[in-house]
Amino acid sequence: MTEQTAVRAETSRPSRATPRPPAVLVLLGLLVAATSLLPLGFVVVSSADLGPTEAWDLLTRPRFDDLFWNTTRLLVGGVVLSVLLGVGGACLVVRTDLPLAGLWHSVLCAPLAVPAFVNGYGWISTTHAVQSYWGAVLVVSLSYYPLVYLPTVAALSRLDSTVEDVAASLGTGVWASFLRVVLPAISPAVLGGALLVGLHLLGEYGALQLLNYPTLTTGILDQYRVSFNGPAATMLALVLVAFCLVLLGLEALARGPRRRSRVGSGVGRTATRHRLGRATPVWIGALVALAVLSLGVPMLSLVRWLMRGNSSSLPDADLGSAIATTLGLAVAGGVLATLAALPIAWLAVRYRGPLTSGIERAVYPANALPGIVVALALVTISIRVVPSLYQTLPVLVVGYVILFLPRATVGVRSTLELAPPVLEDVATSLGCSRSGAARRVTLPLVMPGLAASVALVSLAVGTELTATLLLAPTGTSTLATEFWSRASAVEYGAAAPFALALILLSVPATWLLGRAAVSPDRTRARGSV
Amino acid sequence: MSSRPTVGLSVSGLTKGFDAVRVLDGVDLVVPGGLTAVLGASGCGKSTLLRLLAGFLEPDAGTIRLGDRVVAGAGRPVPPRRRRIGYVPQEGALFPHLDVSGNIAFGLRSARRGEAGRRRVEEMLDLVELPRAAAIRQPHELSGGQQQRVALARALAPAPDVVLLDEPFSSLDASLREETGRAVARALSVSGATAVLVTHDQAEALSLADQVAVMAQGRFLQVATPREIYLNPASPEVASFVGHAVLLPAAAAAGSATSVLGTVRVRGTRDGEVLLAVRPEQVAVTAKDEAGSLVADVVEVSFFGHDATVRARVAGADDLIELTARVPAADVPPPGSQVGVRVVGEVLAFRQEGR
Repeated sequence: MTEQTAVRAETSRPSRATPRPPAVLVLLGLLVAATSLLPLGFVVVSSADLGPTEAWDLLTRPRFDDLFWNTTRLLVGGVVLSVLLGVGGACLVVRTDLPLAGLWHSVLCAPLAVPAFVNGYGWISTTHAVQSYWGAVLVVSLSYYPLVYLPTVAALSRLDSTVEDVAASLGTGVWASFLRVVLPAISPAVLGGALLVGLHLLGEYGALQLLNYPTLTTGILDQYRVSFNGPAATMLALVLVAFCLVLLGLEALARGPRRRSRVGSGVGRTATRHRLGRATPVWIGALVALAVLSLGVPMLSLVRWLMRGNSSSLPDADLGSAIATTLGLAVAGGVLATLAALPIAWLAVRYRGPLTSGIERAVYPANALPGIVVALALVTISIRVVPSLYQTLPVLVVGYVILFLPRATVGVRSTLELAPPVLEDVATSLGCSRSGAARRVTLPLVMPGLAASVALVSLAVGTELTATLLLAPTGTSTLATEFWSRASAVEYGAAAPFALALILLSVPATWLLGRAAVSPDRTRARGSV
Repeated sequence: MSSRPTVGLSVSGLTKGFDAVRVLDGVDLVVPGGLTAVLGASGCGKSTLLRLLAGFLEPDAGTIRLGDRVVAGAGRPVPPRRRRIGYVPQEGALFPHLDVSGNIAFGLRSARRGEAGRRRVEEMLDLVELPRAAAIRQPHELSGGQQQRVALARALAPAPDVVLLDEPFSSLDASLREETGRAVARALSVSGATAVLVTHDQAEALSLADQVAVMAQGRFLQVATPREIYLNPASPEVASFVGHAVLLPAAAAAGSATSVLGTVRVRGTRDGEVLLAVRPEQVAVTAKDEAGSLVADVVEVSFFGHDATVRARVAGADDLIELTARVPAADVPPPGSQVGVRVVGEVLAFRQEGR
């Protein structure tokens, strides 16, 4: 009967009918989804409010043309340079016999631990030569190229090397095989990274303001300072969102109908590493140069200002209270974002259906929205609808939740998938009640993942600047705002301790991301950046 | 353990639908004890039946009895945790955060953890033929077959009346499947628990079970011993599903039937229009010009080592009929060649309905 067992029907079972989701859960999910769609709704409503003549007026001002042109060329330059640095670095680390590849991997991830505005501070306090288009492109690319580097490393190390072997057997050379086989296979990862860089560049405020390079985002804050939430700021926010949509569209277009490269199951076939041979010192030199530019310059300048600041007055009390406030906000944001992600992820994992996936998808657009737009939306809405909430901590925390909910949802979702319902079935058949099964099986399985999600969001909240500047109640001082008030007033020495604290705060998340990119099983690198 | 009284299981008129689709359509089944296999293609409703027995689903109609207790169909259904059932799902589904002994002891009353629990874990490991040292292993360190044995040990540890196994061996590769299946059947019979095994693998069902229930489209086609199912299938569907018989129309009279394959002896004395069920082992491959054989074109040969199956085409009345023959490994005809085929032995005949 061997042939009967060999030629077996597929083992997939009849679709187990999904039960109807509990109404409470759906209501919670709808509430969270509606909240995270608020900023987008704000943009739509305010664009409808704005008359066409007024809009045209605003759009044709020469100042606007400047901002538009600056933003466009920064996007192009920054994305291109980030992709070159990221893909080049990833190929060197993963696919060549570069000495100390593990160490270089850490060095190449490390810039993520330096918030872009701290990097900008390091550069501008060293040389004023970076106050130009090329300076801005260089500084933001040095900050954001890891967003391309990490997913590319992940894709390269998971790429099944047999495709290259096949290419070689078909008579393709090394470079041709890279261009025709490897590059297409990793292109979704590279494009995804490029999209992230683009979105971050659109939302970047601190670094560009320090470098004196005006873009739409810095323009919004300038307008906000002048006229609060006047039509000009709203109009700029609208254009900024349009930019984001164009980026998303471009990425989808470039990715095309090709399937996302989920290549093999990572059987552990390590690809042959190309020998650098006599070119080794050249490439090491290039990496050293990159490390000096991305880490050396900001670190050296930080150390210099720390030493100098020490001799003057160290704001001990300010630093202490800023750390306390930042920790409080970070934990509140992390816990709330994770709690908000729970019903969404639970519905998506356990009750798959049109309604629940709709709710889940409603969360992700916030990922593409710059912090400035979210902040502006919350300011406007709180003033118009509940003025008593304007400039209060709850609104600030809601802002954090909206901004980082996509991140939390991705993490919580993959965590919940670790506890499939069959485990609860087994537990109940063994005498557990539903709540007993949750306590003894589900909770122990998902707790570590939930804690990781809280930590990841908390770290992001701790180093967030743009939305915090707009939403923080007067008198609330966080590490980021305290740093900012000093750095933007050219008190570089006084800003240094805060910069150091911000870097220390970013190290754990960077370490996690760097490890996830090279770990063989999880593909979290893209989702959680 | 085997001294425990056997608790039977009976199901009557069991009906379950999801939305508009009726998955189970008034199913009756009596399991007196031992191991019963529910055999059916995927999507026939067998997993739904198992989930109803376990209590994970509630039936739309019908009753389920475990021993003398009605657990569904009269008043509130008894929840899974009070049914005294053990459940072994497809992939084993061991709790990934607990080691082997933690998994096996999961269903023991808290009073029985500790020393008594440890002894029970060892007893269960012995029962499923795993070394006692495996108690401290983590689930991911075990092979697929070992995971299934631990899953069975976990289900058996609280001494359930009935054990339900949902395609427990389908994720194992062929060589492990048989060995694990035998070990599981032995453990079940020693434990004395009544067992229901759901499978789409007929070799598994026929070789392991005391009773086989063949299922299609939410109904049982036949419930009988493996031998009975194979030798006396109740319908042409059962014959073609179990044993891969080829169905041929024929005219029967006085113990033999005439079809395109010539006249063959049939079992039973049905006269008139019948449907013959010809199994691969009933088709003999002979030389092309042998007397009494039909000429056939060899379409495909699958060589297995111990034997081979040959698919061959014979010219029928107005179309070609494809037959499958099992031949010894020593003389396998090459594909594309012509051979003779002949039906040997008695052939099953079913009265053709609607004619």
